[in-house]
Amino acid sequence: MLSRRNPQLNAHGELIHLLSVEGLPKAVLTQILDTAGTFLSVNDREVKKVPLLRGKSIFNLFFENSTRTRTTFEIAAKRLSADVINLDIARSSTAKGESLLDTIANLSAMHADMFVVRHSESGAPYLIAQHCAPHVHVINAGDGRHAHPTQGLLDMYTIRHFKQDFANLRVAIVGDIVHSRVARSDIHALSTLGVAEIRAVGPKTLVPGDLREMGVHVFHDMKEGVRDCDVIIMLRLQNERMSGGMLPSASEFFKSYGLTEDKLSLARPDCIVMHPGPINRGVEIDSQVADGRHSVILPQVTFGIAVRMAVMSIIAGNEA
Amino acid sequence: MKILIQGGRVIDPATGRDELGDVAIATGRIVAMGRVPADFSPDRQIDARGHVVAPGLVDLAARLREPGHEHGGMLESELGAAAAGGVTSLVCLPDTDPPLDEPGLVEMLKFRARKLSRARLFPLGALTRGLAGAVLTEMVELTEAGCVGFGQAEVPVADTQLLLRALQYASTHGYTVWLRPQDAALGRGVAASGAVATRLGLSGVPVAAETIALHTIFELVRATGARVHLCRLSSAAGVEIVRRAKADGLPVTADVSINSLHLTDVDIGYFNPAMRLTPPLRQGRDRDALRAGLADGTIDALVSDHTPVSVDAKTLPFGEAEPGGTGLELLLSLALKWGRDCGLSLPATLARVTCEPVKVLGDALGSLSSSAGRLVEGGVADLCVLDPDAEWRVMPEQLKSQGKHTPFGFADSGMLLPGQVQATLVAGTVAYQQQAG
Repeated sequence: MLSRRNPQLNAHGELIHLLSVEGLPKAVLTQILDTAGTFLSVNDREVKKVPLLRGKSIFNLFFENSTRTRTTFEIAAKRLSADVINLDIARSSTAKGESLLDTIANLSAMHADMFVVRHSESGAPYLIAQHCAPHVHVINAGDGRHAHPTQGLLDMYTIRHFKQDFANLRVAIVGDIVHSRVARSDIHALSTLGVAEIRAVGPKTLVPGDLREMGVHVFHDMKEGVRDCDVIIMLRLQNERMSGGMLPSASEFFKSYGLTEDKLSLARPDCIVMHPGPINRGVEIDSQVADGRHSVILPQVTFGIAVRMAVMSIIAGNEA
Repeated sequence: MKILIQGGRVIDPATGRDELGDVAIATGRIVAMGRVPADFSPDRQIDARGHVVAPGLVDLAARLREPGHEHGGMLESELGAAAAGGVTSLVCLPDTDPPLDEPGLVEMLKFRARKLSRARLFPLGALTRGLAGAVLTEMVELTEAGCVGFGQAEVPVADTQLLLRALQYASTHGYTVWLRPQDAALGRGVAASGAVATRLGLSGVPVAAETIALHTIFELVRATGARVHLCRLSSAAGVEIVRRAKADGLPVTADVSINSLHLTDVDIGYFNPAMRLTPPLRQGRDRDALRAGLADGTIDALVSDHTPVSVDAKTLPFGEAEPGGTGLELLLSLALKWGRDCGLSLPATLARVTCEPVKVLGDALGSLSSSAGRLVEGGVADLCVLDPDAEWRVMPEQLKSQGKHTPFGFADSGMLLPGQVQATLVAGTVAYQQQAG
């Protein structure tokens, strides 16, 4: 039953791919966060580079477009002195009918050391990790609705930075949970790191009851959902969900679930407000809150680089 | 050709016959069972000592992929797989390319299958032209060409008005309509709704996709009196609704696939595309209800839902992978495993893959309906010699089917399966015999 073993870990339990936060031991998560801490200072230096991945080739394979996430991976790789190749696959080979695995085989033949993959289908990075050469490492940069593990980890870094400890925290994740890979990664990471309570807040069309089986408390009332929380993670509402079968309109969503000063006042006084970006002002979050003293949205971006450097350097050092 | 099968445990699930004895076969028919007349002089003898002699299996759902999907499978490879699996009659689905919506295609398939002289082939015709759900097919013509019923395979009829008319028309001529109960809009996901789909971020098919379709079908059956066979039940709630409908006396029958009978959504593991199946695998309580429903007769037949899929179509991200798995060579073993798990006798177990599916086909089988799926003196010699205790591991690359993808491969499932086919006879001819050693 080989396929049942967590494909992210080698026989020694070391991280060789980062595909999902689910199933990773607490020690591995902590190692990534600790390593990210040491990289944070690199970003403040005048020469923002360390030679850890010199001579390594990292391919950014974005089957689904995302300039922002791709850029943060590119910066992280370059600060580790790796060579970065960006491939806009959505507009190249697959558009000509090449299969996913043929693309991977071709790039492997170019002696890639690492693939950073974004794909619209849940689980696609697993398929790639299964079929690429043994020395190649795969990082999931977001697959369908399934996982966005580096975002989850940078969220954990941010929480630890501002709150020090996870043990007594009450965390609310608000918005479109059902389609959110960020939410899933956050939920797994928060459970593994042992927060006191994880809440999912939103209308029933976007917050399925099955989430309870992931250890999440489901709230459909925003005020109840954020009450006494230490951390509020707002999710981006995708344009295509703003009106249709899931929601009648963006403004009605804001009315019920948008984070305003008013609703925020129900949370703990030292509550932090997070968002994976890009934010929709006036849809999921009020400008006053996004720019206010509780907001840690910009530090999240900074920490994101360090966390991605940490992940890349750790998996590059482990052999399958 | 006269064949004598000697010393086997002869089981006929239809009559409950279960005794040691010989079976004598001549000119394609069983001429004697038990004690064979001393003057019977066989051309060939098959030693069945320690083995079971049973009717050949009747599989109500197998895709052979011809015409149009030859990269998935060919008639020759798939009928060979059937023979190796002890299957002597099979119903093939109309979702070929082009679909089986005109008599010429059906005649061609029947003709080619006959020439291969392996398993008997009983095509289902398309209920609507091109399976498009808009125009009825020429059901009378298609029946004359050899169709045993009409269905839509995996394509639901979204237009209830048309479904009503299809049932009215089919029942006018006494044809059975085979429907997979799945609501067109709710059925669009790639995994069963539930904790696993939510966790993996896969779009879900709720149980209501099945129950709503069942309620609709039953209302139309009440209105028209049409006979309907329900294909591939997948949920506990669905089984319960069918149980009540049968208790109300509705003329309906049902089947379940080997996949839904043995697996659950947890088996998807890390997005294993071998587990991409339709209907999608549901939860443990659904599997348990399907097993109980098959045991108590709510579900009449177990089917392989054999769907050979090419490697290229399967090595894709879970949601993009083509649904289906190969199954003809696993049907017997997975029936035996189910029977063993449920504590059923061998005859009761075999009934679900022999005489009960024949009852579903009913008069559509013509003269075969009185002896296919059974062991009858004077009846057709379609039978299977099997070793019920032999255990084996499914090594996909060793399967005869062109489709090598199965959720039951040992590497994925870790399952040891009981039951190996020693020989398969179709119309008194040896269609398969296991090589010694």
